[in-house]
Amino acid sequence: MKVWSIAFNTFRENLRDKLLYNLLIFALLMIGSSLILMRLTLGEFHRLILDIGLGSINFFGVLIAIFIGIGLVSKEIEKKTIYTIISKPVARFQFLLGKYLGLSVTLLINTAIMTAGLLAVLYLQEVPVHGVLFKALGMIMVEFMVITAVALLFSTFSSATLSAIFTLAVYVIGHLTPDLKAFGQKMDGLSQTVLEGMYYVLPNLERFNLKGHVTHQLDVPVSDLLIITAYGITYTAFLLLLASVIFQRRDFR
Amino acid sequence: MDTAAQPVVEIQSLKKVFHVGFWGRRVTAVDGLSLEVLRGEVFGFLGPNGAGKTTTIKMLMGLIYPSSGTATLFGQSIGDPAAKAKVGFLPESPYFYDYLSSREFLRFYGHLFGLWGTALERRIEELLELVGMTHARDLQLRKFSKGMLQRVGIAQALINDPELIILDEPMSGLDPIGRKEVRDLILRLKESEKTVMFSSHILHDAELLCDRVAMIMKGKLVACGLVSDLVGQNATQSVEMVVEKLGPESLEHLRPFTEKILLQGNQTLLVLKDQHHVRQALDLVRVAKGDLVSLTPHRSSLEDLFIRKAAGLEPRLQEAA
Repeated sequence: MKVWSIAFNTFRENLRDKLLYNLLIFALLMIGSSLILMRLTLGEFHRLILDIGLGSINFFGVLIAIFIGIGLVSKEIEKKTIYTIISKPVARFQFLLGKYLGLSVTLLINTAIMTAGLLAVLYLQEVPVHGVLFKALGMIMVEFMVITAVALLFSTFSSATLSAIFTLAVYVIGHLTPDLKAFGQKMDGLSQTVLEGMYYVLPNLERFNLKGHVTHQLDVPVSDLLIITAYGITYTAFLLLLASVIFQRRDFR
Repeated sequence: MDTAAQPVVEIQSLKKVFHVGFWGRRVTAVDGLSLEVLRGEVFGFLGPNGAGKTTTIKMLMGLIYPSSGTATLFGQSIGDPAAKAKVGFLPESPYFYDYLSSREFLRFYGHLFGLWGTALERRIEELLELVGMTHARDLQLRKFSKGMLQRVGIAQALINDPELIILDEPMSGLDPIGRKEVRDLILRLKESEKTVMFSSHILHDAELLCDRVAMIMKGKLVACGLVSDLVGQNATQSVEMVVEKLGPESLEHLRPFTEKILLQGNQTLLVLKDQHHVRQALDLVRVAKGDLVSLTPHRSSLEDLFIRKAAGLEPRLQEAA
């Protein structure tokens, strides 16, 4: 119950944050802009709309996850609001979990709004909608959950700015992990070990990317989705556990 | 066991060492502090800025972990949710979620104590009434003045009807009216048999309110006890006497008893060395046909004790260094 109160309060905090609306408006503008860009392209309109649409949802969702996520804990510590929470009969992990769930709900609602924008554009252009679109959106949401957990983890022990840089780095590298492995195999000795280590430790975010399937209308079997989701949830759980361990030991000065 | 005598807060050789800066320089914020707060008393926790008051309070609230030593609240070790449930806490210059209205804010904190529904709503109204904030119940906290924030802060600390209330610098930054209101509130809590522990560097407030005080400096306890005992122990009382129409000759007669003589127009201010000289001085004034305007005994205050302790501690610390 306490976790949900904190989650609800975090959600309310997000709703009253101007940053959220700015990002949301930009995302909708981007999705809408495909209507204009279409006129500059020869053929393949449908692919363009889907590509820009899913890309915008992914990009702006990640921005929200990072820029609100990094503030989840560090802002509470900086603003000293955490003093009144931790001094109540609330365990520290409950606080973290509440913050995490609050932002996840915000992201879910945002994704729903952006999806509605995309569907509106698709409807206007009479583009047929396939089931794989929703599968791709589901996986984007799983990716948000992982990114939010990364941001939360960094925000438990570093400042907001550093957390933003770290999380952004993890996001970019996370989409390039197959390259890391390929690159590592061309090296030898220590470099190979380091690159392969990074490949296994960092999240393989490319697994959540089904945009190609959508534009090419290739269906993804449910069993694959389950595996990807299980991977995302396990990774998130591990990050949250690590964040709790670090957070539990912190002094709030 | 008699619960009345059982300490509500028990601190034993509590120590906190911080590592600051890049090289992790060791700074001892609280150094072997031991004290007890008894049920039903108003306990003042005094010391200059940077003495370790806030650090000690944060350790009690589970915000900072002690480096060594132990502390208990209601006999349970600090950080235990069962103990926290019986405590109300107001941090120093409180910062709250400024996007909430006072009502939403109090409701949220109520939920954290597991309070819900109409009982909680009733409690919120009661508290807003108590701290005089009913008019601002739906205003966002970002629009509040410092005094208003302090009031909802106090309301927040009382939401669970706590047995022990810990206030960190509750009077700092408030205007005289605000300070008086906080004082009145603490007295009201005492009347309803709550235990109040508050920190302050304003000794006057502590003198007016506290049953017992502890004074800490540089993380160490320098004095602890009943206010009357602490002040009484070191009472070197002087008396100020103002007289009119006193000739220069009679002033010479009075000089042996006085520390200082000040002429202000036709009035003379005499500072007597101690209270035992009052009678002799009065006799002399009567004989010289002077008029007595006022007679003010100056009691030694906590402030004097504080300054003396600080002065006494300074050389010792320099020696140690």
